[in-house]
Amino acid sequence: MSMTSGDAPFKLQIDVRDVSHTYRPARGHTVLALESVSLQIAPREFVALLGPSGCGKSTLLYLVGGFLPVETGAIEIEGAPVGAPGPDRGIVFQHFALFPWKTVRANVRYGLEKMGLARPEQERRAQGYIDLVGLKGFEESYPSQLSGGMKQRAALARTLAVEPKILLMDEPFGALDAQTRSLMQTELLAIWQKTQKTVIFVTHDVQEAVLLAQRVVVMSARPGRVKAVVPVGLDRADPHLVRTAAFGAKVDEIWSLVREEELKVR
Amino acid sequence: MPVAAVKYLPLLLLALAWEAVVRLGLISREVLPSLFDVLKAGWGLAREGELWQNGWASLYRGAAGLALAVVLGGVLGIAMAWWRTVNVFVAPLVEALYPLPKSALIPVTVLWLGFGDGSKILLIFLGCMIPVTVAAYNGARSSEQHLIWSARSLGAGRLRVLWDVVVPSALPELLNGIRTALALTFVLLVSSELIVARAGLGYLIGFLGDQGVYDAMFAVVLFVAFMGFFADRLCLLLTHRVLAWRE
Repeated sequence: MSMTSGDAPFKLQIDVRDVSHTYRPARGHTVLALESVSLQIAPREFVALLGPSGCGKSTLLYLVGGFLPVETGAIEIEGAPVGAPGPDRGIVFQHFALFPWKTVRANVRYGLEKMGLARPEQERRAQGYIDLVGLKGFEESYPSQLSGGMKQRAALARTLAVEPKILLMDEPFGALDAQTRSLMQTELLAIWQKTQKTVIFVTHDVQEAVLLAQRVVVMSARPGRVKAVVPVGLDRADPHLVRTAAFGAKVDEIWSLVREEELKVR
Repeated sequence: MPVAAVKYLPLLLLALAWEAVVRLGLISREVLPSLFDVLKAGWGLAREGELWQNGWASLYRGAAGLALAVVLGGVLGIAMAWWRTVNVFVAPLVEALYPLPKSALIPVTVLWLGFGDGSKILLIFLGCMIPVTVAAYNGARSSEQHLIWSARSLGAGRLRVLWDVVVPSALPELLNGIRTALALTFVLLVSSELIVARAGLGYLIGFLGDQGVYDAMFAVVLFVAFMGFFADRLCLLLTHRVLAWRE
């Protein structure tokens, strides 16, 4: 568990060292999605991965999740090499990935079943997280009967229910309309403050990254590299944060970094 | 059920037209007995028990052959989608057998299993297994990667994911395939019984035709048509029940 180097100011939750990743599709060219990416994340930190599409930010998330094999470099979770996917690393996808044949309640209970909890305990905990995300009254609905925002709430509840230490979010609000997205951002922050998880949040929305994250990792495209790591350091308790000059300045700063990459991609 | 009544109105009109053309002498009774006579002959067959006796024989063969095809085809198709090695071995066989006219197997199955139930069950099993396998395979392959990953990250092992995600993902396609197989079951059942059998509705049709009892022969043909119709409705009902989450 302990770090080998003594200079780290905190215990690392996630340590990505010099990771490269190549996609080799059955047909077509191989793609170098990530090249020599290193990233250290502390416990309870909220980090955003930001960059144009094709910069490998989702790939990095999938590697941390254990969904893709680490071929070059190393990824350690609390000092141990990253293993198969498991409930220590919860994931939320852009398109929700709810089990369409299960009700909201059954979706949220799924991970709890796998943990081997007793049925009453499953029910109690599932209900707690359904209430937390504001889906009370929709327990027996199927995903097809819910709006996009409600689906993402259900997916969030399902992931939170297994109480993962690490929350991996893959453009979770990218498929939502602007109003719902804004609401969900606020709620995610509240949940993060309440549950104290380490969050890696993939997005291509600069405002979203600045609003949510403590650090924004700006990635460059093709191959994906870490271009800059920008600490945000804004007061999230301020309800008018997005209208402050400091927020605007931070967004501008990061925008100029991202814009260079967007232009390169074209 | 006024809606159903309206929906099936064309059938009623067809029945009336049938009766009318025969009564008006537009078509000879030798070619097409009147519907009334057909129903009367059918009633006779039902009372004497011939219809039920042969109906049961056919139902048993059809149900057994189809059930085997659904279970084995479903398992095989899903296994092909999940394990590469299974796919490598089985896919060429499925592809080779796919275009084969299944009725060509009638003499083969008779050669192997004789004139009784066994050859019909084997024929239906072999014929129906291919479409079921292909449907299960396509359905299983359509399972979303992100659903599989979600299940894994929620603590499901690989085999558990197969049951919890891949099988339900395959269901819509699989049920479609089963419906196709059901229709094929009737085709294979009746044609094999027509050619070589000593019982069954196909046999009864052939027998009555040979005897020149055409009104009774038509009655059995109608009976088979209704059986097929009801089986298909039942299949649809089951599909809607199982896939209730989609609406």
